[in-house]
Amino acid sequence: MGGLGRLFRTTAFKLSLFYLAIFAVTIFLTLGYVAWNAQRLVNAQVIDAIEAEITGLAEQFERGGVRQLVRTINRRSRTPGASLYLITTRGGASIAGNVENISPRLLETPGQRRIEYQQAAGEEVEPRVHRAVVRVYHLPGGFRLLVGRDLEENERLREVIRRAFGWSVLLVGLFGGLGAWVVSKRMLKRVDDMTQTTRGIMAGDLGGRLAVAGTRDELDRLAESLNAMLDRIGELLTGMRQVSDNIAHDLKTPLTRLRNRADEALRTARSPDELRAALEATIEESDNLIRVFNALLMIARLEAGAAADMVVGYDAAEVVGGVAELYEAAAEEAGMRLVADVSPDLPVKGSRELLGQAVANLIDNAIKYGRRKDGNGEPDTIAVSARREGERVLIDVTDHGPGIPEADLERAQERFVRLESARTRPGFGLGLSLVAGVARLHDGSLLLENAGPGLKATLDLPLSSPAPSPM
Amino acid sequence: MKILIIEDDAEAAAYLAKALRETGHVVDHAADGLDGYALAEAGAYDVLVVDRMLPKLDGLSLIRSLREQGVTTPALIISALGQVDDRVKGLRAGGDDYLPKPYAFSELLARVEVLARRRGGAQEAEPTRYEVGDLALDRLSRRVTRGGGEIDLQPREFRLLEYLMKHAGQVVTRTMLLENVWDYHFDPQTNVIDVHVSRLRGKVDKGFDKAMIQTVRGAGYMLRDPARSD
Repeated sequence: MGGLGRLFRTTAFKLSLFYLAIFAVTIFLTLGYVAWNAQRLVNAQVIDAIEAEITGLAEQFERGGVRQLVRTINRRSRTPGASLYLITTRGGASIAGNVENISPRLLETPGQRRIEYQQAAGEEVEPRVHRAVVRVYHLPGGFRLLVGRDLEENERLREVIRRAFGWSVLLVGLFGGLGAWVVSKRMLKRVDDMTQTTRGIMAGDLGGRLAVAGTRDELDRLAESLNAMLDRIGELLTGMRQVSDNIAHDLKTPLTRLRNRADEALRTARSPDELRAALEATIEESDNLIRVFNALLMIARLEAGAAADMVVGYDAAEVVGGVAELYEAAAEEAGMRLVADVSPDLPVKGSRELLGQAVANLIDNAIKYGRRKDGNGEPDTIAVSARREGERVLIDVTDHGPGIPEADLERAQERFVRLESARTRPGFGLGLSLVAGVARLHDGSLLLENAGPGLKATLDLPLSSPAPSPM
Repeated sequence: MKILIIEDDAEAAAYLAKALRETGHVVDHAADGLDGYALAEAGAYDVLVVDRMLPKLDGLSLIRSLREQGVTTPALIISALGQVDDRVKGLRAGGDDYLPKPYAFSELLARVEVLARRRGGAQEAEPTRYEVGDLALDRLSRRVTRGGGEIDLQPREFRLLEYLMKHAGQVVTRTMLLENVWDYHFDPQTNVIDVHVSRLRGKVDKGFDKAMIQTVRGAGYMLRDPARSD
């Protein structure tokens, strides 16, 4: 059976079998030791008992002669579970006792030995051969006294131990095997589940996650790490998908416009002048397309961390001041007032060009969208500031426009998300995405908040250790 | 002017050669890096237009080798890799200017002509004074006069006018102005440059019936003496 074979091949099963073998050996040794000791103890007790009895009987003999001895033995022989007794003459003729068929030679030499004997007939239907420990003692007058103890009890003890032995081995084998089976089965099931989930993910179900049993064991930890990895991959993929969606949208829309305009010119243009105008519009549209494409590429590069080799130290104050000055005239032209407040000496690490682009995008947004709805004739102010705060450099651009709906603020900061309201206006969402990417390149972040009224965009960048001025 | 185009894309090269010839230049074309190197080393060209990615020998190595051989012909690198760090690498290799693909022909032409002119007055120290018609700019005293009357300019306006006068009679594009006057190489989105130029124009041409700073449609700006008819 393939399933069973798989079960036997699992690490858990093999480990269980290994432990089982170790347990079995341990039990074997322990029980053997216990049995051996018990046997020894019982034997010593038997011998002590025989010794005591012989001493007692010898006293009886001294006090009352053979007669007294015989009486005592006869009495004792009748009590149940009695010891073995035998008195013979020097010649070996039995005088009293409860043992028969003892060879006379045995009685010749005093001392202790093990014998096999047959119990005196009458009590049992079938005389059985018993084993016993006996001691032979020579009494004065040539009488031989034999006192012994049947070893049946001893043997019963051994039997009990042997049976215990058998049972424990059987039980250990049974429970151990069962345990191995259950553990391996459980393990195999979890690994199988993982494998299945993984296959699903490989097949494209990226939402799939490995089950975590909650037992905090090594499989759980493995599953958690793998899940964390899958989450990260998922995020990256979502990012990628959004990039390609955005690219598709950002390129398709102007491409369609481009195509339609050319098509329309071809159909309706009557004069060379009209054709010329259409061609110029076409070129302008392609330039916009190129611009979008470049921005998308740059964002993608920033996202992929491919721009990390551009990182150098420079002064953010110079960049912010320069860009603010560059846009000042454009803001005035648009009927707004750009006020720059830039503290000197703000060393950061990143790309001077890209920070310039980022600040330009923010100011550009402010000029495009930062106008008050119900203007009272006063020019709307765009405040650009750059300052040091502890170990941070904060660059913010604040306008007086309608801001961004609170619900959208979060999303506007998400990578590559463009707000629906901005989608129809060229460049806007892409601009913020680029700013966010530039912030990340500088190890910082972009913060958007409604300054009520207006939108406040803050670039929060880490201050780099002040490097000597490149000038 | 004699221009060598080193570009492996035949269609792009043909388009560029045709357009340059139409504007009165003599154009040669090499389709790979080795041919380009041989031609550039032997022929006396005024400007090289070098694609960054070329078969056999890439554009950057080509320019580096030429510089090592003592060939100082100005080189304009054109590249599909339009990123900021690629520009830096290009200029470090010995290129004189960098233009990301796709480019507007007017942009390329303006840059080629500026490069060629630079070669004309090669190694010459920059003059301390520019004069175009009745407009004069003194770089030392930082004074600007037109027709005897003094014009008061902001520092940035001064640098803008200085650049325009340095390239008087030549088209300068908005990107060139952004790069050379402001030292930024990014896309400003709105036409911030136009606003600056129109302010400058307001100061320089105000009260004169002939404008010196002219807008060249689809290309950029040109400062020239309106009295001369060239």
